[in-house]
Parts: sequence; structure tokens; C-alpha cells
Amino acid sequence: MLPSPTGKLLRAYGDRADDGMVQMAFVLALAPSARAREAAKRFAEMHGLSEPIVATMEACADGHSFFVVYGHSRHGIDPTAIDVAELRTEALTRDVVEHRIRARMGRRVVVVGACTGSDAHTVGIDAILNFKGYAGDKGLESYKGFEVYNLGAQVENDALAEQARAAHADAILVSQVITQRNCHRENAHAFALLLERQGWRREVVLLLGGPRVDHALALELGFDAGFGPGTRPSDVASYLVERLCPDVAAPTPPVSPG
Amino acid sequence: MATVPLDAGKVERCRGLANEIADDVQRYVARHTTVGVERAVLRAYGAQGTTGEGGPVVNVAVDRYAKAGLLGRGMCHFLGRALLRGARDPREAIEWLAFSADIDHGEGAPTLQAVIDALATPTAAALARIDAARLERDAFKGRLAAGVTPLKYVIVATGNIYDDAVQAKAAASAGADIVAVIRATAQSLLDYVPEGATTEGFGGTFATQENFRVIRRALDEASELHGRYVMQTNYSSGLCMAEIAWMASVERLDMLLNDAMYGILFRDINMCRTLVDQYVSRRFIARSGIVINTGEDNYLTTANAVDKAHTVLASQFINEALALRAGLRREQMGLGHAYEMDPWLEDSFLLEVAQAQLTRQIFDQHPIKWMPPTKHKTGDIFLSHVHDAMFDLAGVVTNQSIELLGMFSEAIHNPLLMDRYLALKKTRYVHGACRHLGDEIEFKKDGIIANRAIRVLGEALDLLVEVRRESIWEAIGRGAFADIKRARTGGKGYAGVFERDASYVNPLLSELEKG
Repeated sequence: MLPSPTGKLLRAYGDRADDGMVQMAFVLALAPSARAREAAKRFAEMHGLSEPIVATMEACADGHSFFVVYGHSRHGIDPTAIDVAELRTEALTRDVVEHRIRARMGRRVVVVGACTGSDAHTVGIDAILNFKGYAGDKGLESYKGFEVYNLGAQVENDALAEQARAAHADAILVSQVITQRNCHRENAHAFALLLERQGWRREVVLLLGGPRVDHALALELGFDAGFGPGTRPSDVASYLVERLCPDVAAPTPPVSPG
Repeated sequence: MATVPLDAGKVERCRGLANEIADDVQRYVARHTTVGVERAVLRAYGAQGTTGEGGPVVNVAVDRYAKAGLLGRGMCHFLGRALLRGARDPREAIEWLAFSADIDHGEGAPTLQAVIDALATPTAAALARIDAARLERDAFKGRLAAGVTPLKYVIVATGNIYDDAVQAKAAASAGADIVAVIRATAQSLLDYVPEGATTEGFGGTFATQENFRVIRRALDEASELHGRYVMQTNYSSGLCMAEIAWMASVERLDMLLNDAMYGILFRDINMCRTLVDQYVSRRFIARSGIVINTGEDNYLTTANAVDKAHTVLASQFINEALALRAGLRREQMGLGHAYEMDPWLEDSFLLEVAQAQLTRQIFDQHPIKWMPPTKHKTGDIFLSHVHDAMFDLAGVVTNQSIELLGMFSEAIHNPLLMDRYLALKKTRYVHGACRHLGDEIEFKKDGIIANRAIRVLGEALDLLVEVRRESIWEAIGRGAFADIKRARTGGKGYAGVFERDASYVNPLLSELEKG
């Protein structure tokens, strides 16, 4: 832990500043015993926790113990030294979204969305696209300025490309909820490549959403933007408007690589 | 004892309307068969194996007769004829149907009666196999203690059936009464049943006969070890509803998710197809003593749980009526509902209790399936654990029968071993600490809970009046359930529906229909 020249190191905040207090909960394949307790303690120490306290050790299955450990993390982090791809879209009001589309596009923005591959979980795509929306924030269907096609779940990449093309999509939303062994990454990447191959990747804005998605991952996989957990429909609406109908005064956001 | 006021006249009218809605469905069902139904019947007669590229033998045989335009007569028709032509046993006869050089167009002798007679012994054998599995389950269960309601139901979902077996045993040792093995999401749209053990599943494992056996073996061992019977659940849903129901009935499963409405709304499976499949699946289920779990709870994951609570109740009435027409006893109907209201809504707990109590009282013989919060879960596992505890409290106060435990990591990943352990520990605490609370308290007359129950029943009645007037087909078409619209001939699997000919033969189904 060397002090950074650029800023103060942040340590976890428990009871007092810089005490580094964190807790860990985990299972080891050991029945509870004095040896198991010591193993948990050393395991925590290996994670950088000093003075670990094994607060709980109990059998959670045959030959398995559940532990809760508190300790002082030695580690500190310098946030100023971190560079992350972050979507910087100001949340626009509904009125601004509608006005911009009307004024700059002169037609409705066509949005096609689907949950692709074998994924059958439409909760994410529905929250963004369907009228009802999410957490009181109405979905894209509720805007006059968007023409929305929600293709639902288990849509193959080929079929999504074909239907998006036929609908003259301005934007395509891909939702990936199932993440076992990173299948969401492969599938999403394959879709971006497919559009490249078909030669119209640059004609659409490509968005990726899902519980394990963030903006950096989306860029890596060849998408224009990524939306993770907690995204509201108005976030997506704002992004699309900034991207497709920018305020003339503002510079067009750069096209991301990929 | 805490009860909500129940207008018996309204409940009776709801049941009457649901009966009319179900009769309309049943008239359609009785005139049709599907590729899935015919495959299930061939499996019951002993068909086994796959052909590699062509898929299971039953698919090859059924697709062949479907393509030839002969499926309206039923595969049994051709099975009986093959037996009369000298096939050694049904299994060989089915292989003839699949692979013989020429297809049997069913022309000329023998008579229909001779065909039916030829199937008498194989039909008895098919029934005996289901009955034997049921007896074996009953005998095993009889030796062991049963769980206390609300039964604690957990899922395992590793994608590898052998890991699932380890997790299932761990869950049993932590107090689980029921273990459901989550099925790969893609399977609902497969029009065949995969074979063998799954070790590389995505979002779960396939429902295969071998996977059923692996988990049954693990749970039998756990049951012996703990002296308490642990039940096994899987999914009889999607395009192979009937086949999976048959597999479950011979592999001693205890419960099956089984609800055509779920497939129609959430998997876009064609409604004609799945209602016919559901009927036949439930005939197998009725015979084997399996408890079904219906999926109305899912409506509240897409529709607002406060505004649309009555759609769940209306659907429960319809599901009950449909299940009765398939020979299920009320004790086999695990009608579903859920605790899915926005937790930050003032008095949401009272509204949840009202709904749970209303369901309990209306369906008093039914093993009601009560689902935990999912929609409003976030990554805050600490609040999530409290949210689930409130759900447990509502469940024990209103004496729900089957409680699927909430997982504090719901919004994050598949439940880890410790997640399930902590969920079970918390539920044991809440259920134990409040075991008889429901017997001790009363709900205020004209209070929030009582009025909510009255209102939901009234709205369910109104909806049933509409659905009966327009028929279930039209009601689904306009988005009456879950705010999702589906067209009568749309969705997946409609090409696999066939009108029955006058010469349709299916002695196994006829026997199952006798009860």
C-alpha cells in the first residue's frame, strides 16, 4: 500500500474514518471445529483483513461451514487514478425528449428490442420498453416520439437483425439476463459482429442491457452503450435522444470504437 | 382465527363462470390432439431412445405420421395395427412406425375394434408402470415424517445435475421440504425432450428422465438420512408438457409446474397447442398423484401487484376448473400467487396478507403455492433478507401450503449454498416463532385487510364475467392477464395441433379419463 502521488487513499469506513472495517461471508467445505475457525481467520487474513473476528461459524450442510468474518482491510484505493468508461447522459425530461425528437427527427424514433439467444427473461427489456415501465418511470412505449417493437424472449440474433432491418430501426436494444458461464457476452458480441458483417452496424445505435452489463463491457462487445441494473426507461430515452437528435449547440457524442 | 369476510354467493358465481370458461376450452381440447400428446402416449407404451440427428424415436414416428396427414387418427391407431402385423412388443412396433420403409396409411383391415383390442394389454402395462411408481412413493413417504405447512420449497440451479444433487442434499439438511431443479430456459421451446444427464446447462438443466432419476436418488438418500420426506419438483411446461408429465409420473416426482397460461403469456406458446397438451399432461398427473404448481404468481411480475391482484384470483378459478376437468383432485392443485407488491407502499404488508388469506379461504383444500418477492428485489441483500422475512410472516399467519423461499441474492445470481441455508434458517425462525399467530388474532371488521379482500374478490368476479362473455381465447388476446396479449393462432407450436378424426384412437387416454 504505497501512497499515491495523485490523491488520498480511501479505506473502508466502519465506525471511524480509515478503520478499514469490512465483513465477509463465505462457506468452506469443512465441518465446524477449532481448525475450521482458524482456517476462516487465515482465509480472511489472506484477503487483507487484519485482526479478523470470526463472528459466526455454523454447519450449513454436511461437512460445510458458513462463516461471517469482520476485520480491518489493509487496502486503500485512490479514486482519482481510476479511468472508467461512463455514460454521461443528463436525464432529460419527458417534454424535452418529445420536443427534441419532433424538432430534430421530424418522425418517430424506431426502437427494436429483444432478449436474445436462449434467454427467456423479459423482465429487463419489458421494464425499459413496455408502457408500464419500471419504478414509476414509464417505458419507451409511453412516449409519442418512440415507435417501439418489443420482440420478447428467446429471439435468435439472425431474427432480431432481420426484424430490426425490416422496421428501419434507429436503435436496437439487446437484453441479456442469463449469465451462466458468460453466455451473455458471447451472444451479444455475436450480434454486433453480425450487423458488421451485414454492413449496417453504423446505421443503428446498439444498446446492451442486463444485470451484469455496464458501459465498458458494452463497448468491449461492440455496442454503443451499456445499461446495468437500476436503469430507468428515461435514462435510455435520454441517451437515445442525445445520440440521435443532439441539441445543435452540443457536440455529437463520439462514435465509440468497436 | 383470523379470516377475511367472504361472500359465498360471489365465490359460487366465480366458480360457475370459471366452469363455463373451462367447458369452452374442454370442447376444443376434446376435438384435438398434438404432436406432444401423441409422443407422450408412445413413451407411455414403452418407446425409448434417440436416433442422433433425428432426435428421439417418438419424434421421428410422430412427425412422419403428422407429415402424412394421418395424426388425426392418433398414433395408437397405427401402433395397434403394427402389433396386429406381428411386432413383438409396443417398442418394436413404434420403431416400425418410425423407420419402416413404407408408412402405414391405415387402409383396409383390421377393424377399429381389433386395433383397440390389440392395445388392451400394453395399455394395462402402461398404467401399471405409473401406478407402481405412485405406490412406491406412497410407501416410502409413509415410513417418514412429513413436513409442516407452510412447506419450505427451494430451488437449485447450477446447470450441472450432479452439482444440483449436492445442493439439493445440502438444502434438505438445512430443512428444505421441497427441492425444485430449475430447468434450462431454452427447453420450453424445444419440441422434443432431450436425453441423458445435463452437465453444461444454461440457466438450469434440461428436464430429462435421467436428470429426474439423479435428483430422486439424492433426495431419497437425504430423506432416509433426516427421517423426513423431501419432495422433488420439475417443470411440465412448454412444448413437451405431456411427455414431461409422463416422465415425472414414472420417476416418482412429487410436484410439477404445470400451467398452460404461463406458457401462453410468458413463453409465447400457442394457446391451442398448450391447452391440449396441458389436459393430457394433467391426466398423467392425476393418475400419479403429483401436485401441480400453477403460475399465476408470474402475472404480478409484469403487471402491478396492487392493481392486478384480481387477475391472479380469476385465473386461479379458471385453473381449478380446468384441472377438475382433467381429473385432478383439489388436493393436487397448488394454485399460485405471490408477494410482489412494492415494499415501500404504505400498508403493502396488509394488502399482501389480505390476498394470501383470501386465497387460503377460497381454495381451502388446495395446497396453495405462495411465491416470494422478486420484482422489487435489489442488490441490497440485507434489506432483501428482511423483505423475505415479512413474506414468511404473511405466509405462516395465513397458513399457505407451499412456500417458495425468497433468496436475498435474488437480483444477483443463482442462490449460493449459504444463501439457501440462511433463507431456510430465517424461515424456520419466522414460521416457528409465529406458528399459531393466525389462530390468535382477528382481522378488524371493515378494516384495511377485510376491505381489500372484499374488493379483490369483487374485481375477480367482474373479470370472470368479461372473460366468459368473450371466451378465454379472446380475453388472452386483449391482454386480460399479465398485461400481455397473445393471438389464438399465434405463438409457437400451432403447427403441431391436429383435429381428431372420427377414428381417433387413444386407449391410454381413455383409461386415464376413467380415473
